[in-house]
Amino acid sequence: MRDKVFYLLAAASAALLSWNLYKIFFVLGDEKDQGSIWRIFHFHVPSNILGMSGFIIGMVFSLIYLVNKNLRYDAIAAAITEVSLVFAAVGLVTGSIWARIIWGVWWAWDARLTSMLVCWLIFAGYLMLRRAIEEPIQRARLSAVVSVFGGIDVFIVWKSIEWWRTLHPGPVLTIRNGGGMPPGWQATMYWNLLALLCLAVMLVMVRMRQEGVAREIDSLRRMAHSY
Amino acid sequence: MAAFLRQSLIIAAKDLRSELRTKEALNASLAFSMVILVLFSFAFDPSSEQIQEFSGGLLWLVYSFAGALALNRSFAREMQNDCLDALIASPAPASALFVGKALANYGLLLAVELISLPVFGIFYGVHWTQQFWPLLLVMLLATWALTTIGTMFSALTVNLRLRELMLPTLVYPLMVPALMAAMTLTTDLLGGTPLNPENMIWLRVLVAFDFIFTALAVVFVDTVLVG
Repeated sequence: MRDKVFYLLAAASAALLSWNLYKIFFVLGDEKDQGSIWRIFHFHVPSNILGMSGFIIGMVFSLIYLVNKNLRYDAIAAAITEVSLVFAAVGLVTGSIWARIIWGVWWAWDARLTSMLVCWLIFAGYLMLRRAIEEPIQRARLSAVVSVFGGIDVFIVWKSIEWWRTLHPGPVLTIRNGGGMPPGWQATMYWNLLALLCLAVMLVMVRMRQEGVAREIDSLRRMAHSY
Repeated sequence: MAAFLRQSLIIAAKDLRSELRTKEALNASLAFSMVILVLFSFAFDPSSEQIQEFSGGLLWLVYSFAGALALNRSFAREMQNDCLDALIASPAPASALFVGKALANYGLLLAVELISLPVFGIFYGVHWTQQFWPLLLVMLLATWALTTIGTMFSALTVNLRLRELMLPTLVYPLMVPALMAAMTLTTDLLGGTPLNPENMIWLRVLVAFDFIFTALAVVFVDTVLVG
């Protein structure tokens, strides 16, 4: 059953991504001020959405682990956070490429960029902590606490956007007023969000399976040692 | 509640007493902050007018680096002779242990800060006395933010092999909102600008940060130390 879901997701994300790439490059025209580079938004915005929401979902699973101490939830939290870190990195890199062309610099210390980078660093620390602890229960416990601290800090860091002057273009996808994009472009962005979401879920599944196997090997090793 | 306070104060008194007898962390932090202050003079022209614009940032870098030295050892020094196990086994709950240690660290950090502030003023020609009381308020709030995060993560990393490496990697990104607020406010106050409705928002950030993370630490320290 799980295999079926996995292959279905893989097929869906492959099909959607190819269709979206075709649309992004051949159907949608250039933007009147930015030219061709605006197309990067179709990856930049969904990656950031997935990265950020992944950190928050990871925090929720860490909390669930802390409540019922089932290592399965720890594996889910770790897998989601790791995949989110990759998407957040994609968001940062695509943003940086866009900035080079439109703002003329690779990086601007704008509040939103800074907060994204800080979030990335917090959760990179989470993954490093996981590497540093061998004992699975201690690892789960301590990293869950770090995830909760990090997840709450993300809100505080993020809130600072409104209080610091910002260079960043305002939100592109606002549900209330349709954002600054023509409807056709916006739809493509949503489709790409879906494609990347399938990809993300697929990666989380791979990562979780890996965690499960690692745990199994670990317990077998312990058993072998105890004889 | 009264018992909790009494237990916390006993632990704080114990920590401060042993610190005052050896002065290990105090001397090391003070010497280190002097070293950083000297190093800054090579990084830019110390006599320039621009110093006013980033004096707050420099000061808080000194404080947070020197503070990390002291906070690092807060729990680590209880490892000798299994003192940490004894403290955990004592009738005092882990949260009282945390509050006690945090109070002791708070005293220590504030002492280091109040000593290095005039030295900073002398070296860099900054008039720190013109807004002294608001500055003291900012120092009290921001130092508590550093202390509560630092003490919590000192407890979290106490049993790790890579403790010295993990602690700064985890702690500094989490402290970003507090440091940002403290730096902005301190720069204003050192430049002679009083607290006004415009920078008041950062004071609120500090207060919120203090409340949120103190509450989180008190709730989770038991999970971290006991499991």
